[in-house]
Amino acid sequence: MLWPLGACALLAGCGPQYVVLHPAGPVASTELHLIETVSIAMAAVILFVVALFVIALVRFRDRPGNKAPYSPDWDGSRTLEVIWFLIPVLILAVIAVPTVRQTYALAHLPKQADPLIIDVTSLDWKWLFEYPAQHIATVNYIEVPTGTPVLYELTANSPMNTFWVPQLGGMEYTMPGRVLPLWLQADKPGVYWGRSANFSGRGFVDMLFDIQAVPAAEFQTWVQGVQQTAPAMAAAEYQRLLKFGTAGRATYSAYPAGTFPQTTNGFSLQGGMYMPTAVPGGASAAASPSAAMAPSAAMAMGGNG
Amino acid sequence: MMASLLHLLFPPSVRSPLELGSDVAIVLTSAAIVFVLTRYRKWGWLWREWLTSADHKKIGIMYLIAAIVMLFRGGVDALLMRTQLAIPNNQFLNANHYDAIFTTHGTIMVFFMAMPFIFALFNIAIPLMIGARDVAFPRLNAISFWLFAFAALLFNISFVVGGSPTAGWTAYPPLTELAFTPGIGQNYYLLALQISGIGTIATGVNFLVTILRMRAPGMTLMRMPLFVWSALVTSVLILFAFPALTVALALNMLDRLFGSTFFTLTSGGMPMMYVNLFWIWGHPEVYILVLPSFGIFSEVVATFSRKRLFGYAAMVASLVAITVLSYGVWVHHFFTMGAGPSVNVFFGVSTMLIAIPTGVKVFNWIFTMWRGRIRLEMPMLWALAFIPTFVLGGATGVMLAVVPGDYQFHNSYFLVAHFHNVLIGGVVFGLFSGMYYWWPKMFGYSLNPRMGRWAFWLFFLGFWVTFVPQYFLGLAGMTRRMYIYAHGFGWTGLNQISTVGAFAMGAGFVVLVYSVVWSMRYGERDVTGDPWDGRTLEWSLPSPVPEYNFAQIPTVTDRDAWWAMKQQAPAGAAAAPVHLRPIHVPKRSAQPFGIGLSFFVVGLGMVFSWWWIAGAGFLGVIFCILLGMFEYDLHEEMSVETIRETEAAMGRVGA
Amino acid sequence: MNRAADLHGDGGLPLEFSDADQGRHILGVWAFLASDIVLFCCLFAVYAVYRTQVASGPSPAQLFSYPPVIIETVLLLTSSFTCSLALYEMRRGRSHSLIALILLTVLLGAGFVGMEVHDFASYVALGDTWHRSAFLSAFFTLVGTHGAHVSFGILWALTLVVQLLQRGVTPVTARKVYTFALYWHFLDLVWVFIFTFVYLTGKLG
Repeated sequence: MLWPLGACALLAGCGPQYVVLHPAGPVASTELHLIETVSIAMAAVILFVVALFVIALVRFRDRPGNKAPYSPDWDGSRTLEVIWFLIPVLILAVIAVPTVRQTYALAHLPKQADPLIIDVTSLDWKWLFEYPAQHIATVNYIEVPTGTPVLYELTANSPMNTFWVPQLGGMEYTMPGRVLPLWLQADKPGVYWGRSANFSGRGFVDMLFDIQAVPAAEFQTWVQGVQQTAPAMAAAEYQRLLKFGTAGRATYSAYPAGTFPQTTNGFSLQGGMYMPTAVPGGASAAASPSAAMAPSAAMAMGGNG
Repeated sequence: MMASLLHLLFPPSVRSPLELGSDVAIVLTSAAIVFVLTRYRKWGWLWREWLTSADHKKIGIMYLIAAIVMLFRGGVDALLMRTQLAIPNNQFLNANHYDAIFTTHGTIMVFFMAMPFIFALFNIAIPLMIGARDVAFPRLNAISFWLFAFAALLFNISFVVGGSPTAGWTAYPPLTELAFTPGIGQNYYLLALQISGIGTIATGVNFLVTILRMRAPGMTLMRMPLFVWSALVTSVLILFAFPALTVALALNMLDRLFGSTFFTLTSGGMPMMYVNLFWIWGHPEVYILVLPSFGIFSEVVATFSRKRLFGYAAMVASLVAITVLSYGVWVHHFFTMGAGPSVNVFFGVSTMLIAIPTGVKVFNWIFTMWRGRIRLEMPMLWALAFIPTFVLGGATGVMLAVVPGDYQFHNSYFLVAHFHNVLIGGVVFGLFSGMYYWWPKMFGYSLNPRMGRWAFWLFFLGFWVTFVPQYFLGLAGMTRRMYIYAHGFGWTGLNQISTVGAFAMGAGFVVLVYSVVWSMRYGERDVTGDPWDGRTLEWSLPSPVPEYNFAQIPTVTDRDAWWAMKQQAPAGAAAAPVHLRPIHVPKRSAQPFGIGLSFFVVGLGMVFSWWWIAGAGFLGVIFCILLGMFEYDLHEEMSVETIRETEAAMGRVGA
Repeated sequence: MNRAADLHGDGGLPLEFSDADQGRHILGVWAFLASDIVLFCCLFAVYAVYRTQVASGPSPAQLFSYPPVIIETVLLLTSSFTCSLALYEMRRGRSHSLIALILLTVLLGAGFVGMEVHDFASYVALGDTWHRSAFLSAFFTLVGTHGAHVSFGILWALTLVVQLLQRGVTPVTARKVYTFALYWHFLDLVWVFIFTFVYLTGKLG
């Protein structure tokens, strides 16, 4: 029972495949730090309880000639009850305090941040990424500058998926009819894989995408290159993307308006995350507070093939 | 028309070699059963003694048989999945197969394996433990069973006829709306669970009233065995949780079958409504699953430590606390769905809080063992296995309650490992413990302990080998419900280890079934009725228990009522009954079977939108209900002579 | 014991409580009602969330009108009153009055259901079906579930009348009438909530 545990523990420390344990950005680091704190606390609890259990099992076995005390009617102790009620309360308090603090902290973009905004739409079964400030779009990959927080505005034109890049941070759902915010930041250049972590049908397993993090200057070059050389996404092309099926990568120098829900100022969405109200290049003022879908997208929701 | 009917019943997803092979196996097995029953002329016996019985002991046994069969089916599903995931890019199962298999695996294990197993043990043990002759509403008890059985049948035929559901056991919209899951597989899920849910609510009513009103004289609430307490709180949980599932399923069904717009966005529907309703039910449900096992552990650990349960009042208080708190944690199933930090933090902290009463219970079990004399019989092995396993599972639950951590763990294999850890380590180990514990009481013989140990070690060690690697797969970024994975993620080794463990668990199950068959013929007969030197009232009765349970209702003076009786009169604790009176026992009836069958017809009709058939089934339901309303003669009388003869035949001296 | 004059069992309890088995049935019905309350709470929650989701269809204020709702309320509340009177007659051993009052209750309940069906039909005729919006889906489901419960109650009451004619007032039939009354009053209470939170707030809010 213990050796697979030990073997796995050893493997975990070593391998880069344990992406959650090798964060490449502040969000993932914060989350990992909390995971480590609670793991240590829980490991202590487990070891203590299992030790107590093993001692009881060994010492009070019904063996002939066992000299351990036998008190068949000893059925309670107020002191013990108080102890093993209060100590878990204390341990949980130790865990709860940073949990609360970090949950609120992660809901805010870093101060003085000038985030890059990317509008993410999960489709059946591919990812569409639109850069509202740069007016470019990509499918199944994105390029982001290192050291800059990126605000992902998440929605879906499909059943629910989640946007998850484990090395950069935790996930958030993409839901049709809602826009949810998630911010992640890559501190080191590299390619970080992401995927959908919520089952959405036959092709869900193919919803892989890459985040390519490059230095800021290189990012600007890439954007300009795309704007100048990549084809524009016509409305017909967008409709093609909406159909059931997987897709390869694609890059577009422009995309049709109305392919992403309008949001109100900043994020007073049904998520209530505390995001700065004036987000440059991102949310534009819109009429409907319930983040109504744009007509073409709404029609697409009703009748996919 | 025939062609389209055939296509509806047997779409391409049902016609692959794997399915056809399984279909053939199912048909052959069913034919074999029919053949044996006919050859040995057992149809009458089956109908009279079992299918129309309202005796809680027989109903319990039927629930148990169904649960074990469903455990087989759910286990095969698991082995198929683990085989597919053993190597990258495996072509053993395609996406559609795998999606159907993980859906049926989860649905069957929760609704058609664990719940009936729990109800089996409730039925077998609760009336005996409280000194009662049956449950409060025996007829309703039978109805509950047949609703479950026909719902299970409905769900299981989806594999053969029409296609299984493929949207997961949680079945979120919009995926489960017609636009994304056309076809009838999801309808099977909705109708089968709805029908089964009615039976479950009825069971909750039944055991609540039974426990509150049918305890033997002198058995106050604080003298009840802990298993009875756990059944009481479970009944309360059922009554206050299942209606939320009823509504969630109904709304999805109305959308799919009747064109309502609860979850379609163009008309203002909101899929999050389903998510909330489902989990408002779903979290209490997991406590419905685990609290009975906690009750079993309290009985087993005390009995096999030959010591009183430690901290009785604290144990009761923690059961009640868990019950209440379980309604306040449901959002922890979807921290990443945009509820915002305040909501998430509230539910994260409430989830941590619920670990406290559970921890109290673990310490009390350990201290029940402390200064006792521990005997390693089969029920105790399973109970002992539970403690470290569940402590790990609970600890990883606290890790998931740390909200930002959950942002990484949600829907990953870390989560899969956690919930299997608590469900298998908590629920299943407890059910096996209870099964071994009460088996002699049900059947009059014990299960072979040597084979039992083989089954135990295979299953227990297999469990660890299967699921510990999955925690690490979660850390490596592997998501649940993936039917295939590519090379290069570093997941292969862990998946292979996990698959080996799964087959070990399967082998353990095979040994367990073999030991049942072997023990039926050669198992050690229980002649005293008290093979474990038990503490509670069921051990004062002969094994198997006569139809009327107690020839004379005992008077209870203490907790551990039977133990107290044995201390006071060691020689003949099963005291000669003094004042025998005629006993009323529930009469047989075909009505519960009829209601179940009628609901099956309704369900089948609605799955396929065959409204005439559904309507006919509905009329059948009404007819059966009316029959029940006009039936006044629900009991038959057993005379004093018959009781005396029965008692004498079992070695008990009559007055 | 003179059944006609004094319908109390041993110890001065009403007849339906005189026997432990009948007492258990009554507790069971209370437990069932608890679960039914949770069911309606969930449906109310769905309605509360969805009542602004009118899509292209009418809003509550546009859809509802007072007259049918007021008539339905009067009918149902009166039927609850007649149901209480029925129990009163049962306690006093007057089985003919008991049966008559149950039938009156049924009549009023049937009037309620008829009125509601007519109301729904009028909405459907306007094209305001639950295909149009989530609000309409939630409305029809909540109010329709209540109406279905009332309909089942009517069927139940009719079977009770037959049983009373066959057997008179016994501990068992008394318990059956009592539990029916519990169920009927419960539905009345749910209607009060529907009237308030669906129709009144819909028209006014």
